[in-house]
Amino acid sequence: METIPDHHPTPAAPAQPAAPAGGTETAMLNIEGMTCASCSNFVEKALSRTPGVQRATVNLASEKATIEYLPGQIDRAGLKAAVEQAGYGVHEPVAPASPNVLASDQELDQRKAEAYLKLKRRFRVAVGLAVVIMPLSMLMLWPRMMNLIPTPLLNYVLLVLTLPVLLYSGREFYVSAWNGFRHRTASMDTLIAVGTGAAFLYSLAATVIPHWFMQRGIMPEVYYDTTATIIALILLGKVLESRAKSKTSAAIKALMGLQAKTARLVRDGQEVDVPIEQVVPGDEVVVRPGEKVATDGVLLSGHSAVDESMLTGESLPVEKKEGDHVFGATLNKTGSFRFRVSKVGAETMLAQIVKLVEEAQGSRAPIQQLADKVSAVFVPVVVMIAIVTFVLWFDFAPEATRLPLALVNFVAVLIIACPCALGLATPTAIMVGTGKGAEHGVLIRNAEALEKAEKVTTVLLDKTGTITRGEPSVTDFLPVNGEATDRLLPLLAAVERQSEHPLAEAVVRYADAQGAAALTATAFQALEGRGASATVDGQAILLGNRRLLDEHQVPMTAAAEQAAAQLLDQAKTVLYAAMGGQVVALIGVADTVRDTSVAAIRHLQQQGIEVVMMTGDNPQTAAKVAEQVGIKRYFAEVLPADKAGKVKELQAEGRVVAMVGDGINDAPALAQADIGLAMGGGTDVAMEAAGITLMRSDLQGVVTAIDLSRQTMRTIKQNLFFAFIYNTLGIPIAAGLLFPLTGWLLSPMLAAGAMALSSVSVLTNSLRLRAYKRTA
Amino acid sequence: MDTTQLIVTLAGVGLLVFVGWFFFLAPHRVAAAVSSSAGIQQVDIMVKGGYSPDVIEVERGKPVQLNFYRDEENSCSEELLLPDFNIRRDLAPFKTTAIEFLPQQAGTFAFTCGMHMLRGSLVVK
Ligand SMILES: [Cu+2]
Repeated sequence: METIPDHHPTPAAPAQPAAPAGGTETAMLNIEGMTCASCSNFVEKALSRTPGVQRATVNLASEKATIEYLPGQIDRAGLKAAVEQAGYGVHEPVAPASPNVLASDQELDQRKAEAYLKLKRRFRVAVGLAVVIMPLSMLMLWPRMMNLIPTPLLNYVLLVLTLPVLLYSGREFYVSAWNGFRHRTASMDTLIAVGTGAAFLYSLAATVIPHWFMQRGIMPEVYYDTTATIIALILLGKVLESRAKSKTSAAIKALMGLQAKTARLVRDGQEVDVPIEQVVPGDEVVVRPGEKVATDGVLLSGHSAVDESMLTGESLPVEKKEGDHVFGATLNKTGSFRFRVSKVGAETMLAQIVKLVEEAQGSRAPIQQLADKVSAVFVPVVVMIAIVTFVLWFDFAPEATRLPLALVNFVAVLIIACPCALGLATPTAIMVGTGKGAEHGVLIRNAEALEKAEKVTTVLLDKTGTITRGEPSVTDFLPVNGEATDRLLPLLAAVERQSEHPLAEAVVRYADAQGAAALTATAFQALEGRGASATVDGQAILLGNRRLLDEHQVPMTAAAEQAAAQLLDQAKTVLYAAMGGQVVALIGVADTVRDTSVAAIRHLQQQGIEVVMMTGDNPQTAAKVAEQVGIKRYFAEVLPADKAGKVKELQAEGRVVAMVGDGINDAPALAQADIGLAMGGGTDVAMEAAGITLMRSDLQGVVTAIDLSRQTMRTIKQNLFFAFIYNTLGIPIAAGLLFPLTGWLLSPMLAAGAMALSSVSVLTNSLRLRAYKRTA
Repeated sequence: MDTTQLIVTLAGVGLLVFVGWFFFLAPHRVAAAVSSSAGIQQVDIMVKGGYSPDVIEVERGKPVQLNFYRDEENSCSEELLLPDFNIRRDLAPFKTTAIEFLPQQAGTFAFTCGMHMLRGSLVVK
């Protein structure tokens, strides 16, 4: 969507006229306010037309303009003015207080790595000290030791050992809790800070003023071991968590990492390596075997097999010849070729996939709603429960132990109640699931789509292009005059090579696949609505429909009539070939079923999903195809405009419908369905209307999408169950609810261990999705 | 019930009331976006144990740029989620991360941290 008012770019006034200086200089500007591709094109054009600018490239994704300019004619300020005149802003890093708004990914990664190292260091310090503090605290249990070392001294030793754990390892919790407090928000850090803080302050008091406690009949016990161990355990949880978290987003990082860094351009007949940012549409790029294709484009010369698995999930290399599209980040296997750049940067297929996956990962899953509501109020509620726990224990426990018991249970409630697991349950599974989908060429638009796909009961397939290839191909080649196929085929193919008709292409493809020799036709003539005629190898050949032969008074033989009737009966299109005034061959052409369709449909049916087909074909053809692929229910003679209506019809029967389609005319039906799956090479309109896009053009993708959504949803449910159970059981136990019945109390240290493990186990469960394999 | 118990109980009840009021009934800090020369509505938000301001008012149909400056390192505020706009972004510590989008519908949209504990809302008018 274009949001900037449409006005014609007025070139900025150049700083000074003329005086071209020697070389050009390159400037990088951070452009603000570009919301879509047309904005970046607009800025690019405006800059290119500015006097003094030799070349300008604007990248929407990085929001950067790379400008080559003549320093004698224009300066940075002039360039900035040109951008601003086009209605956009230039962001100049200003005060150090607000640094450049665009932290590069690399920088972000680096910072994350640093933070992780720091976290590990803090964890090591905590563990190192905790393993000393624990046995020292145990000494108290040996009366003989207690006689050797006076308790007050021991307490001071423990205090000194605990301080670094608190002030270095645990510092972040207190700082963050304080920051949150000032914002009137509470996070898990609040719980940890209040819990360990209370234990520590109590111990501190018991160390410094033991007499005060003893006067009141309370043993001045210290809880330094509790404090240190809790911090160590929570940090352990965080270390494991951040390690697991980095894995959840690994798929998208891997995708972005696939982008080529440089491209080998052909400029003035010379091959030069340039950074990928400088490549613009229209450039010519050379790709050698084993190299990555730099960006999207159309193959100009050469041919090769390209591994496109990173985009489509299809592991077999795809043959590419002149005129075929090639995509950035795919891997060139065999030959070398040149291509003309058509798309760069954010426009490329890879960038769009990355963007789609990123967006899906940021979307809200309806299943998360309850968890969201709970975690929003969770921490304050837990603090309240902890206070109640404290008061109740203080009021009802025996007088001598009421303060320590109240304190221990107060701390245990705070520590066990961290809702991280609840917050992590859904997003981590979605991240792994969508990433995994992208790996298999299944692009999930948002979490809602993933959730809907799980509930699908009926899959509605648009026949053409999904079950079938969507293009005609030769199914029968029938010589009728005693001629041999291997003599005839090259002759007929030679005629068709000159034609641009889709049926002719089918014949050529068939001949090539059969390894027929390539001959040249002369005197080629395309006959509108009939076919073509040409001379090959001295033979006059006619190739087209029945009318063509009738008009040339070629008589049909009985054998030919019979063969034609048979082909027509199978709902095939028939091509007639005549040579020297004699009918020589009949070619049956039909839209053929994809190799994978039957298996995929059977797989869906085995999953308990009904597969329904719809087609514009007549009922006979529809019935044949349905029977061939094992579909029981189908709609024939469906007009494009009625497709959405058929979806509604199924929905009215109470079915949850997944619609699979590939064309523009499928868009309304895709949108009407509970979940739309647009098939690869699909148009943007279809993709826009679909919840899921299949990069690969076969039904196997539908199976993968539904399978993956089921597994992801199962993982999410397990996670949520685990997290809810953990908190709903953990809190009452920590509060000491079981004590009157069983005498059980949850030690705060155990609570810390359990809490550290809760989010880790949720993350680990989500990561199990990474092991997902396509069932095929 | 002795005096100490009475004091502890009363203090506990007092604390309960305070916690409830402090977290649930407290007023929010509201900020309206400032439009730049290019027509982008910009808001600077400080991320430090929470978002300040945490209620942001913007106009519909004009691009919005939220500049989140994360002034801390603790993991809770590491991620920013704006699910109604399909946005999930990592916020680098001690850095400004700009998040841009185009609000096309009026309404109130929540933004939260990755665990949904820190919260703020975007009010589109
Ligand atoms: Cu959190």
